[in-house]
Order: sequence, then C-alpha cells, then structure tokens
Amino acid sequence: MSGISKRQQRLSAVVILLVGIGVAAALGFTAFRKNMMYFYTPSDLLAGAAAEGATLQLGGLVEKGSLRREDGLKVAFVMADCEKQLPVSYEGILPDLFREGQGVVATGRLRVDPATGERSFVASQILAKHDENYMPPQVAASLKTADGKHSCAPFKSVYKPMTAAADAPRS
Amino acid sequence: MWTWFHRLASPPSFYRFADRLAPWLLLLALLLLAAGSYAGLFIAPADYLQGDVFRVIYVHVPAAALSLFIYVLMSVAAAIALIWRMKLAECAIAAAAPIGASFTALALVTGMLWGKPAWGAYWVWDARLTAELVLLFLYLGVIGLNQAYADARTAARACAWLALVGVVNVPIVHYSVQWWNSLHQGSTILSLQGVMNPKISPDMLWPLLLTLSGFFLFFFAVWLRRLQNEVLLRERRARWVQELIPS
Repeated sequence: MSGISKRQQRLSAVVILLVGIGVAAALGFTAFRKNMMYFYTPSDLLAGAAAEGATLQLGGLVEKGSLRREDGLKVAFVMADCEKQLPVSYEGILPDLFREGQGVVATGRLRVDPATGERSFVASQILAKHDENYMPPQVAASLKTADGKHSCAPFKSVYKPMTAAADAPRS
Repeated sequence: MWTWFHRLASPPSFYRFADRLAPWLLLLALLLLAAGSYAGLFIAPADYLQGDVFRVIYVHVPAAALSLFIYVLMSVAAAIALIWRMKLAECAIAAAAPIGASFTALALVTGMLWGKPAWGAYWVWDARLTAELVLLFLYLGVIGLNQAYADARTAARACAWLALVGVVNVPIVHYSVQWWNSLHQGSTILSLQGVMNPKISPDMLWPLLLTLSGFFLFFFAVWLRRLQNEVLLRERRARWVQELIPS
C-alpha cells in the first residue's frame, strides 16, 4: 500500500472508469447495432429481414428514371442501395429535396404480392436524405450526373456486418 | 514553462491573465463572426440541391462542433480536478457546462430549422439527433448537480464524475452517422477524410472556417470570463479578492 500514493489511486480510478465505460458501450452498441439503425435497406427487405405489414423505415437512393406520377398525389418509384432495388408506392406530398438519384427515407410497410410473391413497399411518409456534399450549381453540373454521383455508402445493411464498401469514399 | 504553468494555475495570477486575454479574444471573435456571417449569407453561392437553406451550416456546424469540443474540454478538466484536486480545473467544469449546454441547444434548434425544409421533418429519432439530445441532458445534469451541493468543492467532484462518465457519448455523437444508418448526413469537414478533402466547394468553405474559428474564440472569451467569476466566488474570502473588490 505504501508504494501507491493517493494521487495514483485516483488516477487509476479515473482510468478504470473510462476503460470500463468504453468497453461496456462498445459491447452494448455492437450487440444492439441493429436497433441503432434508423432504417432498413432494400437488400434487407428483399432478404426477408422484416415481416410483411410491420411499420418500418426504408432508406435508399431514388433510382434514376424510375419516378412515375399517377393520379392525384400518387407516385411510384424504385429505391435502391448498392445491390438491390425495391419498388415503392406513395400517396402524399413529397419533400422539396426529393429528386431522382438522391437519398430518401420512407416510412411504411412491406407488401408481398399474394399472386406473384413480388415484394414492394407502401410508404406513408417520405423524408429526403441529402448527403454531406455542398457545391454551387455550376460545379454540380460539371460533375458527371450519371449514376455513382451519389454514394450509396450511407445506406448500410442492417443484417450484414459493416463492410469495407460502406466506409469507402464516394467515387 | 512548467513554472509559468504552475503560476497560471494559481487563482490570482489566472484571474489577471484572463482579464488581459479575454477582451482581445472577444474582439477577434466578433470580427470573425461578422465577416463569416456576411460571407456566408451574401458571398457564398447557393447550394445546387438545397439553395439558400444550406446557409444554416454557417451556424449549425460551429455550434455542433463546439458542443462536442466543450464536453471533451470539460471532461479533461474533470480528470484533472479528480486526480490532482486542482481548484482551477474545478472552476473550469462549472464555467464550461452552461456554455456547452447553450451551444448544444443552438445546434439542435438550428438543426431542426434546417431539417424541416431539407428533410421534411423537424425531428426524427435517429442515432445522431438522439445522441446530441443526450449530450444536452448531460450538460444539464452537470449544471443541476453543481447547484445541488452547498459546498463548492464537493459539487465540483460530483460534477467531475458525471462529466467523465458522459464523455463516452462524445464519440457516439460524432461517429453515429458512420456506424449506423441515420437520416442525418455524414461529416463534411469535421472528419479525417473531411479535413484532408472537404466535401464542400472552396467558395462555400472559407466562410464556414471564419464562423467556425469565430465561434471557438467566442467560446474561449466567454469561458475565461465565466472562469474569472467562478474563481472570485470560490476565493471570495481570500485576501487577493478582498483587495481586488473592497466590499
């Protein structure tokens, strides 16, 4: 006991506290990673990650050229992550930033066609998810507007562990 | 260097040091904020997607950055206060918490005002927004705990433990957009990748750097002033205070 001063005791108490909380948080958040996710991706829903009819959030990019406007406020479009695509139908007002090629987060439920077994998503609310890139219109126009301009990296699969692709910078 | 540092840590010399430094910091902060606000509002071009709405960034990002920075600073002061029982570090916790809470609230409010036109909702319970709200509660907890004790030193020790425990939330706020799916976008400049290669065009970036540095200097100026008050309050029976402020 004589070798350890009061100050060293307090120092080790602080260090042990910080390490303990850090480890506890890391374990907890790794175990409950799924619950920290704000939305599922099209890949998740196509892989059967959620039950039909349950209310959930779906996040992805609006596929270019997929938007169809129907009667009144009805719209249909396709949402995609890096791998899979899922048709979405919605009736209501779209957010101002809703664009083809941009991200959206839709609240709604998964629908499985009883005849064909095809999966689609019926949205009751659509929020726009813009990315962290800011630029004037001229710069945006000079960039390639083809696919790949907006990264699908922010749309991480809930059921797969984090992949290298999810962290990779946008091309 | 060490002797200078030790001398600075003594309340009377710190008080005089802060008294000299704070006005200059505040002046510089106000100049930077004025220049940055003007440039952000009138010189920076509108965003290709969001138009003028993106200009909230010039307040939102500095406020959010400070909300995390002040917490880290507070927990460093907490560790020093707990291990070395340094009075000035105890004052630093009490002085920083209300400023940190204010910047956190500002980040939340500006974020909501940005979220409505950009996302379509003021608030969603995604990881980033929720963790930032928890940060506000941590600050409020430190402020409340500090008020709950009659003895300033006991209060400081309790606050220090809370500040230390809460620091685990700082990386959660910062990395939430990377670890989990969120409605909030990733970091534009305040990440390793963002610092090397900012994801914002240069003519929009420099006003942001002006307001960012202005906010930081403003914080330091206000923090020094609040620290001076804390020191005066705690040392009110000391001779140097009696001489400074004849009652």
